[in-house]
Amino acid sequence: MNRFYLPLGIFALLALVLAVGIRHSPDKGIIVSPLIGKAAPRFALPDLADPSHVIDSTALSGRWYLLNVWGTWCVECRAEHEMLLKVHTSGRVPLIGLDWKDEDDRAQAWLRQLGNPYELVAVDRGGRAAIDWGVYGAPETFLVNPQGVVVYKHVGALDESTWTREILPRLPAAPGKG
Amino acid sequence: MRTGLFLMMALLLAAATSVLALDTTQLADPALQGRYLALTHELRCMQCQNESIADSPVDLAADLRNQVRDQLLAGKSDEEIRNWMAARYGDFILFRPRFAARTAWLWLAPGVLLLLGAFISWRIVRQRAQLLASDSDSVDEDQRS
Repeated sequence: MNRFYLPLGIFALLALVLAVGIRHSPDKGIIVSPLIGKAAPRFALPDLADPSHVIDSTALSGRWYLLNVWGTWCVECRAEHEMLLKVHTSGRVPLIGLDWKDEDDRAQAWLRQLGNPYELVAVDRGGRAAIDWGVYGAPETFLVNPQGVVVYKHVGALDESTWTREILPRLPAAPGKG
Repeated sequence: MRTGLFLMMALLLAAATSVLALDTTQLADPALQGRYLALTHELRCMQCQNESIADSPVDLAADLRNQVRDQLLAGKSDEEIRNWMAARYGDFILFRPRFAARTAWLWLAPGVLLLLGAFISWRIVRQRAQLLASDSDSVDEDQRS
């Protein structure tokens, strides 16, 4: 009987390691951002509405905002657009767009056609700012607090459940609701 | 005739590989080029996840390769470039995990398992050797029952 203890023990240990691995495996290949809890990377990029105007991300601090990375070439971005409009009408948090590796005229046409949920859209034609934010696939959405710290990141289309379960609870209570 | 055929095949093969090579970056300094190739092969393409940025055709991989090239030309060390990448994309971007408290078991497990295996086989060999010494009695014992 004694001779079975060792293999059994090794099996149990292996099973434990694999179980922990499966439990902690990232969902659908989503990678946890090392940016969470760190200062939002700074960028100074042209404004989509007026390319002569530069949007400096340091001017955004002092309040909560959602940075949404999108592009007109991105299919999922079209899918989430409806939700972005809802976020915009809710008035709970301003949306800042980061138009990633896109053409300005296409992006402008997209916003005219589908509606513009963004307060500002920064144009990242070269993709350098997106790299600083650790973006690996649009759409991605970052929640940044008034201290300029990234508190949450969502990869993929923003949906109702992410909005209500992940983003709203992190925001301060809505004015009027206490 | 034969050599001609070989030559043709070799030429065709060479043409095939040059078509496949998607990264044509060539740095003037051969030492930098070597480091460039090594680095781009050990950084993960975050979009494809099982390819290195050297092997991936996606846009983001090209952007990251350009970063590696620019930073090498700016005189950054390999470790500085790895840290720069990991600060943005996490340790996941490094195909070669770093030694840290969290990854220690990953690095140490093979050695520990090897020692464990050696210990187990040593015990089995010793037990068998002991069995052999007491062989003559036990065989008679077995045959009787």
